[in-house]
Amino acid sequence: MPAAQAPNPQPNPLQPQTREQSWDDHRIEVILGNVLRSGVVLSAAIVLWGACIYLFRHAHEPADYGIFRGEPSEFRTIPGIIQSVISGRGRGLIQLGLLVLIATPIARVAFSIVGFALERDRMYVAFTLIVLAILLYSLLGSGIGV
Amino acid sequence: MTIVEFTGVVAIVSFVAGLLGSLTGLGGGVVLVPLLTIFFHVDIRYAIGASLVSVIATSSGAAASYVKEGFSNIRIGMFLEIATTFGALLGAFLATRIPTSTLAIIFGAVLLYSAYSSRKPRTQAERNLPPDPLATRLRLNGSFPDVDGERSYNVQHVPTGFSLMFGAGALSGLLGIGSGAVKVLAMDQAMRIPFKVSTTTSNFMIGVTAAASAGVYLSRGYVDPGLAMPVMLGVLAGSLLGSRILVKAETKSLRLVFSVVILVLGLQMLYKGIWGSI
Repeated sequence: MPAAQAPNPQPNPLQPQTREQSWDDHRIEVILGNVLRSGVVLSAAIVLWGACIYLFRHAHEPADYGIFRGEPSEFRTIPGIIQSVISGRGRGLIQLGLLVLIATPIARVAFSIVGFALERDRMYVAFTLIVLAILLYSLLGSGIGV
Repeated sequence: MTIVEFTGVVAIVSFVAGLLGSLTGLGGGVVLVPLLTIFFHVDIRYAIGASLVSVIATSSGAAASYVKEGFSNIRIGMFLEIATTFGALLGAFLATRIPTSTLAIIFGAVLLYSAYSSRKPRTQAERNLPPDPLATRLRLNGSFPDVDGERSYNVQHVPTGFSLMFGAGALSGLLGIGSGAVKVLAMDQAMRIPFKVSTTTSNFMIGVTAAASAGVYLSRGYVDPGLAMPVMLGVLAGSLLGSRILVKAETKSLRLVFSVVILVLGLQMLYKGIWGSI
């Protein structure tokens, strides 16, 4: 990482610890920032691809979102979405892209655990595990996996 | 409207919302839901689902450029994410149970508060605050590069900030927004975190918070691919452009215009919610 070779700024004699700690944090953050950006780029590309198929097939049908019907299971569960991607559906691809998008911050949290572990910061490893558990519960416990 | 027209118009509106939201720092999600429900007659549940997805995209897309500047504090972020993700989960479950007219009223109230909070002069974080024992124990204090060298800060009132962030998460999960106004209240006013640190850190947190409720929304069928697609792509493109052309001289009047827009949309949502037309 280029950040690792960043010139050491004026060391502050009053807070040597904070300084060192924040540079380590900063390196982790730069890596995490790149993880996030790649996830968003990948997700946007998949959504755009799905959009092309969807618009090509359904361009002249009427758009109606005034009445809430809820999505069919093929667009709201992971197996359903994968199934509709395999059968070449545009909206299935869009949902897959959105799943990648939702997974991106979750991946960032998972990577942070490694970062805090490298810094031997047990308290923050524990905090991050709590956040990850909540996120996984939301994604898998809400019935999306079935 | 046919699907191709609808997609095009929604993409343009989302692009403008993302651009203005990023230029003013007020976020694009907060205007999208009212715009979609009032002018496009989209059911508020579909609108919230689409907005939530776009919030994840803008937060995650901007994070890479924010972190390079070295303002954000990942310990503050991670600690407060415990509160926001719990809140978001609760908000998402509530959203599936309360009537849409109530959702519209809460949304209107949040818009009015956001408009008010954006006009209030920013409280300057005092320098040299004494270290708070709890913040020190949680290692929340830090430093950031300022004009006159490295500046350190001591975080205050951790329990108050943590509780407010739970509320911010709940609103985010309930309404599909980033709830920036509540975060300002928690991080700037209660915890006394310097503005640059709180803004960049909360941007980092917004994506994680939204992800906590997005799973619930997707599995409940609130995320429609045909609607979420133009909203997400439009807001993302608009906010990325906004972060590139950030012209400081013009943001002041732009902020005023945008907060008036938020105010008007807030009144509309309240009106529609109270008269039950949503």
